[in-house]
Amino acid sequence: MLKIEGLTATVDGKPILKGIDLEIPSGEVHAVMGPNGSGKSTLAYVLAGREGYEVTGGSATWDGHDLLSMEPEERAAAGLFLAFQYPVELPGVGNATFLRTALNAIRRARGEPELDAMQFLKLARQRMRELSMPEDMLKRSVNVGFSGGEKKRNEILQLALLRPKFAVLDETDSGLDIDALRIVADGVNAMRGPDFAALVITHYQRLLDYIVPDRVHVLMNGRIVRSGGPELAKELESEGYAAIQARAA
Amino acid sequence: MNVVMHQVGAPGFLHRFEGLRERLPGGRLPWLAALRAQAAEAFRAQGFPTRRVEAWKYTDLAPVAEAGFDEPLTPMDDAMDLPPAQAGARAVFVDGRFRADLSSLDGLPFEVSSVARHLDALEGRLGALARPGEEPMAALNTMLFEDGLLLDLPEGVEGGVLELLSLATASERPSAFHPRHLIRLAKGAKLTLIETATGPEGARYLHNPVFEVEVAEGAWLTHGRLQQEAPRAFQLSTIYASVAAGGTYDNFTLNAGGRLVRNEIHVTLTGSGAACHMNGAQLLAGDQHADTTTALDHAAPSCTSRQTYKTVLMGRSRGVFQGKILVRQAAQKTDGYQMNQALLLSPEAEMDSKPQLEIYADDVKCSHGATVGELDAEQVFYLRSRGIPETQARAMLVQAFLHEAVEGVTDEALRRALDAAVEGWWARQEETLAA
Repeated sequence: MLKIEGLTATVDGKPILKGIDLEIPSGEVHAVMGPNGSGKSTLAYVLAGREGYEVTGGSATWDGHDLLSMEPEERAAAGLFLAFQYPVELPGVGNATFLRTALNAIRRARGEPELDAMQFLKLARQRMRELSMPEDMLKRSVNVGFSGGEKKRNEILQLALLRPKFAVLDETDSGLDIDALRIVADGVNAMRGPDFAALVITHYQRLLDYIVPDRVHVLMNGRIVRSGGPELAKELESEGYAAIQARAA
Repeated sequence: MNVVMHQVGAPGFLHRFEGLRERLPGGRLPWLAALRAQAAEAFRAQGFPTRRVEAWKYTDLAPVAEAGFDEPLTPMDDAMDLPPAQAGARAVFVDGRFRADLSSLDGLPFEVSSVARHLDALEGRLGALARPGEEPMAALNTMLFEDGLLLDLPEGVEGGVLELLSLATASERPSAFHPRHLIRLAKGAKLTLIETATGPEGARYLHNPVFEVEVAEGAWLTHGRLQQEAPRAFQLSTIYASVAAGGTYDNFTLNAGGRLVRNEIHVTLTGSGAACHMNGAQLLAGDQHADTTTALDHAAPSCTSRQTYKTVLMGRSRGVFQGKILVRQAAQKTDGYQMNQALLLSPEAEMDSKPQLEIYADDVKCSHGATVGELDAEQVFYLRSRGIPETQARAMLVQAFLHEAVEGVTDEALRRALDAAVEGWWARQEETLAA
């Protein structure tokens, strides 16, 4: 279970998160929706431990572990995964090398044996087929020369290989056409089960047609102003954030 | 009581030359005596260059100029502890002198020998390319060289891989040696020469080699240099290469060892369609200083040159890259490219870059670039967010940075040797990186 209580954070001294309370039990997928600048990506980065995002108050725990006191790699080892809104390009780092290094780092942390190159390739190829990814994406440098959709699929490939217990998907739908969106959603849905929880951050309701959330939260100006079932996303789509804000005020 | 006065710096070397000149190898050959005397005059006039000399603006030779060096006293008795061989055939030099007893040269399709033993046949060849009047280190080398590798590849011969191992020995006082290597590939010949220069941990010495390299029509020399000198050592090397039509001089230099190192390469493309690749990596830490200085002379039309140098700096290390491309009026259709990039891993490290293009032909394609940067925090975070520990994440990104320079190394033996050398350097730096 992810438990966030009274979380406040600043970026460059400016308050962005102003007291977030959120609980996501294992087995559930929650969506956080909100307009630009509401603090959605800040929430994702704070959970993953990115530098420059300063936590000024509150707590965030995963299964009782204090996430905020852990290094980013320790959070990953504990089962956290962030699918980036803008996946980072790593020229000169082969995608296969990257994926295998990450997988083995996680396996090491879990006390599982590392995979050799052959075992890894077999597993990676299988996952890639499921995501309709061309095999040559293994040979290229990480995300270099990838289209927007390929980058997002590469994030989902990492999700499928690393098999985290808790995933944060930061606007994974942005820049995707409908086919790619379906592939990405299938990848996330395949992970769903009693031992997996996810926080899906999105601006639009569209993604939630494919990844149907258990709960929807509306984030505005650094606070969660409303929570509800999947129907809340539909309401947002038809009425807009302004109406929600007016009602919440 | 015996009191030995040691003179330091340039006067020390000149003093030694005056005392030794008759007894130096080839001392009775008039042409060589004249060559050495001229070099001594040039060295007397220039001495060790100071930073006021433009070509040495970024590299301060004071630690060399202020030290006193002795003749190497190579112990001959015990068996030398040789590093593992990189290739089948190996020519071994200890303190700049050829050691047939330690070399393994059987079965090569060409002759490998010692410059010292064949001096009477080298008039007009030794000194054909080196310019003691221009480069003071070449003057010092010409004045005092004792030996060197003598390589002649006959026409069309595929020479395979030869390793040149240069070992220094430890002695009480710093020693200096100045090997003069002569390499000639006749028409269509091909060779990979992998040079490893190293010495024992505590040794203090100056290794001052000069190479004169002639690549004839259609010949191809891959010249890999793995500079892994002892941590307190100086290496100041000067390479002169001349490449005829359709020939290729392919140089890769790894600068990973030594306290103060300069790797100076002068290449002249003399015939149409000649090519030169100069790539390299400098891996520096602590108080190391490494300088790569290249001068490429496009003297003929339709020649190609490619240079990619990468420098990684940690601690208080300092890196220098100076690269000059001269395109003469006759050198139409020149295709030149030069890139040098530095990665600063410490706030106290420093990199100086000076690219220089001098173009007198009008139909040429020539580009150059230089960057100095730090590791990208976003890239480090991306890797860490995938569970990769910070030290390993940084190591991956540094290797990726080097990739572009290293991927050009197509020769398998050289690539293996290079990968091993880079890995060895990593193993030594890991603690520092983690700190």
